[in-house]
Amino acid sequence: MSEPILQLRSVSKSFGAVQVLHDVDLTVRAGEVTALVGDNGAGKSTLVKCVAGIHPIDGGEILFDGDPVALHSPSDASKLGIEVVYQDLALADNLDIVQNMFLGRERGRPWLLDESDMEQAARRTLASLSVRTVTSVRTPVASLSGGQRQTVAIAKAVLWDSRVVLLDEPTAALGVAQTRQVLDLVRRLAEQGIGVVLISHNMADVFEVADRIATLYLGRMVAEVPTRDVTHGQVVELITAGRSGDLGLARPEGVVGQ
Amino acid sequence: MTAPEKQQKSAAEKADPGNRAADFGIDTTARTTGEAIRGYLQGLRNGELGSLPALLGLAALFVLFTILDSGGTFPSLLNLANLLQQGAGRTIIAMGLVFVLLTGEIDLAAGTASGLAAALMALHLVSGGNMLGAMGGFVFAVLIVAMLVAAALAIWVRVWAGAVVSVLTAVILLIGVPANPWIEMLLAVGVGVVVGCLTGFLVARIGMPSFVVTLALFITWQGVILQLIGDGGTLGLRDPVINAVANGNLSTLGSWVLFVVAAGGYAAVMLLQQRNRLHKGLVAKPTGLVLIKVGAVVVLGAVATFLLTRDRSPGVIAISGIPYVVPIVLVLLVLGTYVLDRTRFGRHVYAVGGNREAARRAGIDVVRIRAAVFVISSAFAAIGAIVYSSKVGSVSPAAGGGNTLLFAVGAAVIGGTSLFGGRGRVSNAVIGGAVLATVENGLGLLKQPAAVVFIITGLVLLLAAGVDVLSRRKSAAAGR
Ligand SMILES: Nc1ncnc2c1ncn2[C@@H]1O[C@H](COP(=O)(O)OP(=O)(O)O)[C@@H](O)[C@H]1O
Ligand SMILES: [Mg+2]
Repeated sequence: MSEPILQLRSVSKSFGAVQVLHDVDLTVRAGEVTALVGDNGAGKSTLVKCVAGIHPIDGGEILFDGDPVALHSPSDASKLGIEVVYQDLALADNLDIVQNMFLGRERGRPWLLDESDMEQAARRTLASLSVRTVTSVRTPVASLSGGQRQTVAIAKAVLWDSRVVLLDEPTAALGVAQTRQVLDLVRRLAEQGIGVVLISHNMADVFEVADRIATLYLGRMVAEVPTRDVTHGQVVELITAGRSGDLGLARPEGVVGQ
Repeated sequence: MTAPEKQQKSAAEKADPGNRAADFGIDTTARTTGEAIRGYLQGLRNGELGSLPALLGLAALFVLFTILDSGGTFPSLLNLANLLQQGAGRTIIAMGLVFVLLTGEIDLAAGTASGLAAALMALHLVSGGNMLGAMGGFVFAVLIVAMLVAAALAIWVRVWAGAVVSVLTAVILLIGVPANPWIEMLLAVGVGVVVGCLTGFLVARIGMPSFVVTLALFITWQGVILQLIGDGGTLGLRDPVINAVANGNLSTLGSWVLFVVAAGGYAAVMLLQQRNRLHKGLVAKPTGLVLIKVGAVVVLGAVATFLLTRDRSPGVIAISGIPYVVPIVLVLLVLGTYVLDRTRFGRHVYAVGGNREAARRAGIDVVRIRAAVFVISSAFAAIGAIVYSSKVGSVSPAAGGGNTLLFAVGAAVIGGTSLFGGRGRVSNAVIGGAVLATVENGLGLLKQPAAVVFIITGLVLLLAAGVDVLSRRKSAAAGR
């Protein structure tokens, strides 16, 4: 088992009166794929945004390489090497693919951007993702299909020399072949020693690529177990009921309606 | 060209050692002219109209007025040069407004803010630099405090240049620098920056809707101008330099030098860029099209320069040479276009307008960008004020009021800048400004009353906004 890169220790997060995350613990290890599963509204995207520096956490701490870190803004996270593919993709429709991939981290001088460097790097990255559907890297994102946009969002995240990559439902809009490529990419990223967090509702995908499975149930981390120790059925039970045999919450009924 | 920067190898590149960039089969870099034209038509069908409707409209108006104006005044060189000078001031205001529109906001106060800049400039000139004496102790103190507050607010939203210029403006007034045409122009721009810092802070930091903030300031500035000039008063701008801004012309030699610098510079930049893109295997336009475009600009520029260097008022006092407003607008156009296309700031302006949340998640300082565009808009408005005040030769309490703002917003939108943010260029304002100036000038020559001019100008703007909405809907439909 490799050393943890990113650790969440009893992280809590509320939006107004609604508590969305309750004392969540999570460990992301280098070279491993951690699947984060849970029903809609369980708090998966919120957790990702806390790690990305978009939402400040209300309680608990986040450790990076064993040290507590303060993530106040998205640039704090990217400085540490944390990259995120957001569920809503977060692309600017009016910008082209290259401009989106380098948004906020443009190459060149502030007063003269290096367009050729960015375009070449973007093309290399897209090529390594075996993207064949894009007509030109200078196409505005507005004119891309859902799957193409998702690919651009993923390419944007893997463009950087990252330590941790979190992908929030990255295959939701993809076809069979593209999903295959993303799953292969997820494995390749882990093989390079990157800590990968994959959020997905597809159990077959999760069991194929994940080393560990973490389950959120109504904002609580109910189980964080090696994939080989659990079955499909158990994970589904954890997602829907918060409990499966010895795994999960002692009294899941207790948190419902809280 | 660039500093040798640490070339990061992306995670994906390392994951896939056999670099398959060459394999990126469908990504077309160099396209043939035919493909490019087909791509352009496809873009038009998807609603990416840009300046095309405005350019066609401009051509149609030209033909129309030339036919209708039986006296032959409209197409005369004297009238066309006059048209440029009349439209320039408000066109410059529109150029600054493009920055605000790009972020999806509106600056309704750009017109009266320009009037305020004009009023202070004129007051400083008339009073010989003694503003304290001209406006009284209380108003003077309020003005200085407002400038220093604006500087502090600019620091708060991290628009450093805005803070520096605001302080500088306050200093000019405090130490009572004597009247001087160049100081007056600097002062006007400084006042614009001060106004922009206040607006930008209220919109970007406090989060008030720009529509409300600038509507309120629109009325406020009108009141301030009235306070400074007095009801029914006017301040004359009797200075040869200020007068020349909108009324003077380059010498024949100067005109040709301008042509060589402008057209030559344009050709050099376009051709070098094209060579660079082809050489590095980047996405490039077909060389044939680039050559045609450069050739057209050079030829049209040469023809215009030749015509404008002829005496256009034969029989009376000879008038010839390119009006000064042309290089002024050109410099601002090049500057604005460069900032938006080539700098990090410009990229972030587009990003904030396209998807503010995505910009925030990309680590962009959204507050700073949103504040800065108001500073730019007001500074441009002040430059516009210098030009239109120079044209009239005086500043009245009506300066920047009336349809100044309508003209500016109209120019930007008619030229193809979207009111929804994210789409537009500074050149749109220039083309749109030419359309509106032509409408106004042509209808005036046809002896149409002001009522008709207003109605037609308003309808043209409505038409442009309609085109904007439709093209936006089309491009959204083409996406998914
Ligand atoms: N910005 C926000 N403000 C208020 N409530 C939010 C916000 N973001 C998410 N929520 C709420 O938090 C809960 C968890 O949402 P989310 O993290 O998106 O779940 P998941 O990604 O697991 O489907 C939901 O009930 C949602 O309504
Ligand atoms: Mg989600």
